[in-house]
Amino acid sequence: MRDTLAQRRLQHLLWRAGFGPASAEWSAWMRRPQEVWWPMLRRQSAREPGELFVTDDVVRGLFMGVGEFARVEELTPEERRQRRAQSRELLQSLNLLWLEEMTLTQAQLREKAALFWHGHFASRNLNIVFQQDLLHVIRTHALGNFGDLLRAVSKSAAMLAFLNNQQNRKARPNENFAREVMELFTLGRGHYTEADIKEAARAFTGWGFNARGEFVFRQNQHDRGVKTVLGHTGRFNGDDVLDILLEQRQTARFIARKAYRFFVNDERVPDERVLWLADRFYDSGYDIGRLLDDIFSAEWFYDTENMGNQIKSPVVLWVGLRRALPMTLDDPEAQLLLQRALGQVLFHPPNVAGWPGGRTWIDATTLMLRLRLPHLLAAGDAIDLNADEDDDIAMGQGRAGRLRRRLRAELHWEPLFEAFAQTPADELLPALAQYLWQTPAAPERLAVVRKHINISTREQLLQTATLQLMATPEYQLC
Amino acid sequence: MLIKRRTFLKTASLAAASLWLPRFLHAHARPDALPNRGKALVIVQLSGGNDGLNTVVPVRNDVYYRERPRIAIKATDALRLTDEAALHPALVGLKHLYDSGDVAILHNVGYPNPDRSHFRSMDIWHSASPAHEYWHTGWIGRYLDAQCQPPNPCYAPALELGDAVGLVLKGQHRKGIALHEPAELRAATRSAYFAEYAAAGANLAHDDTPIGYLHKTMTDAIASAEYIFEKSRAKPSTANYPDTPIGRQLRTVASLILGDADTVVYYLSLSSFDTHINQPMQHQRLLGQLDAALTAFAADLKAQGRWSDTLVMTFSEFGRRVGQNASGGTDHGTANQMFFLGGALRRQGLLNALPNLNDLDQGDLKFDTDFRQVYATVLERWLKARHQPILGQAFSLLDFI
Repeated sequence: MRDTLAQRRLQHLLWRAGFGPASAEWSAWMRRPQEVWWPMLRRQSAREPGELFVTDDVVRGLFMGVGEFARVEELTPEERRQRRAQSRELLQSLNLLWLEEMTLTQAQLREKAALFWHGHFASRNLNIVFQQDLLHVIRTHALGNFGDLLRAVSKSAAMLAFLNNQQNRKARPNENFAREVMELFTLGRGHYTEADIKEAARAFTGWGFNARGEFVFRQNQHDRGVKTVLGHTGRFNGDDVLDILLEQRQTARFIARKAYRFFVNDERVPDERVLWLADRFYDSGYDIGRLLDDIFSAEWFYDTENMGNQIKSPVVLWVGLRRALPMTLDDPEAQLLLQRALGQVLFHPPNVAGWPGGRTWIDATTLMLRLRLPHLLAAGDAIDLNADEDDDIAMGQGRAGRLRRRLRAELHWEPLFEAFAQTPADELLPALAQYLWQTPAAPERLAVVRKHINISTREQLLQTATLQLMATPEYQLC
Repeated sequence: MLIKRRTFLKTASLAAASLWLPRFLHAHARPDALPNRGKALVIVQLSGGNDGLNTVVPVRNDVYYRERPRIAIKATDALRLTDEAALHPALVGLKHLYDSGDVAILHNVGYPNPDRSHFRSMDIWHSASPAHEYWHTGWIGRYLDAQCQPPNPCYAPALELGDAVGLVLKGQHRKGIALHEPAELRAATRSAYFAEYAAAGANLAHDDTPIGYLHKTMTDAIASAEYIFEKSRAKPSTANYPDTPIGRQLRTVASLILGDADTVVYYLSLSSFDTHINQPMQHQRLLGQLDAALTAFAADLKAQGRWSDTLVMTFSEFGRRVGQNASGGTDHGTANQMFFLGGALRRQGLLNALPNLNDLDQGDLKFDTDFRQVYATVLERWLKARHQPILGQAFSLLDFI
């Protein structure tokens, strides 16, 4: 008999520090004692990530400056349109490539942390090269040093373009970049003044990028005057301002709170716990790995109120489902429409504040799709969506009508069969519920599941039970 | 109840579920009236940035013709409203409605520090936040939060005709529902498994935890889908609508209004207004679609005696620049006009002055009415709700509703 609490704790860790257990690896994980779980996850993410590439050098050359369509004057409007369409397609490829990586990689912790930073440093940009570069920056530093990450992101073409810093010049400062760096990347609202923003914007004047997407400092557009930011006065440039922001303990608190909400609990955040994490994070010089060590090694991480209480984001839901139930999709691009329908498209955050998460993922429409998803997969049903809604990339291209994509998959049941090979048939349903649900199974609801499964063979039982257990509100939680 | 439920569980089949289930599920959600029962607000979003200057054309303005040599609408083609203003030639039906006192047009609506990114500006219009703040709820969503509280729990109070619920309909606690067709929505929720599962989670409906929230949403979704389906079939519209997406959507809206659905807000969008290139053809086509659908909708509701219970409001995330660009189109601009249609307008016609093309901000129109004044007015005068808690600050109201 398995120790159900220990199993639940292990699953909790694998869901929060990754995308849930992969069925093929489940038996091996179950044999490991708790004290090696976290070190193991850390070790599996220790190596530098390879870059996720969808552009070769030729394509890269083609897309230089593609975010600045209006300025590429030698292109005709038609050429520009084509270039934009190509970039959009490649961005979709990058999206799918990253999903594959999340699903298949051993480095679960790194990709989960990268997803956190992808939402934190939210950026929308048409240029595939810029986006690919920013993703690499984020994945490289996901478990590294927050200061390095902040500096690298702030100097990325994707972010500079998105926050209009290319237009931030001495004569006419554009405050957008300075504002978001303070409000969303470091301090949070209420910890700076409008004057701080104005002054910081002056310090960032001249920060830009060239057509290759490389950071450039345009001396002649930089305001060399004296600025006062958060009580410090000097002839600051952008790097100085980032240093000042990192010097603030508030930055550590802001990040620690956000990390707590993402990894632990997005509804109940005890202040003293965040302060404890923040102080240690600050004292470590912003070592993200250490912050995550503190979170995932803490006994409170496994408190009842922190387990099975988080609504999975669409990406976590989908990747987690694919890890539990591996599949070969007939049409991988259907996953793009699925992301859209569920309300989270990678590389398309709703705004620079990222995805708000939690209960905002759920409305009647998204929940019903989540509930129907397992059966859609099994039945190879089509999913219908408008392609051009809420999409400034497709907007105006006049693509009328609804896009239909078939979410058909060949489901690979073997890993699940093997993981539960030793479970007696009459214990299979509760065992699967224990594996797939992070909340305790209420007997009356398990009874409904039991009524709607096919028990004629062991295979049928396992398959129908898995699909039905996934088609529940309970499965939306981790 | 208990016995009934057990009998039900035993004999459950799709047919039995459909006969019996709605009433059971309605039990906790059955509405009392909203304060404005019977009144509907229909919001039509023109996505992509509609070119306001070519929609309501300043036909006597030299700056307009000078700045748009290729794409200006000729005064002789436009449909004259006043000495100075005329509608785009595609808006024939709206011109008739204008003449019969069913249209009001408010010019120069915008907000301070306008953002020229589609999705950011749309975000601002949806959330009604100041341009520098990011809000995670929409103005209609917050209206639902404010109104749909015990003893006034609401029922399918806001519907979006489309794939997904936009930010505008998302409140902290209450959210709208997205659908294409009532029958399709119902088919997606109708299953004996879901029905029984929802019933088995009924004890969680008042539990303010994530699992309680999920169960409550599931129960509401199933019940609402059934409810919307029933209402759409009660007195379905028999009028002729154009066979376009927006035409079909407005027919659905009309059927629900005629069927006395408790829905208060209907949200529709028409996209592809981002006319950077070769604007005239595309703009003509889109305005023609809009015009035909709205005209059919107005005629239908007038014939059925419900037009005075209906307020249609259009908006776009921004207008376009005054000057044309080099590709026969226009680029992203700022302030824009809004149309209001309905049988209960207190003021009709042009509500304020046309844009002043001699006083531009770097080639863009300056706004004179904050869009949140419009929202405040709609909330107070049409939806009978206090606007300040919903919009976060007080705005002066307009007088056309």
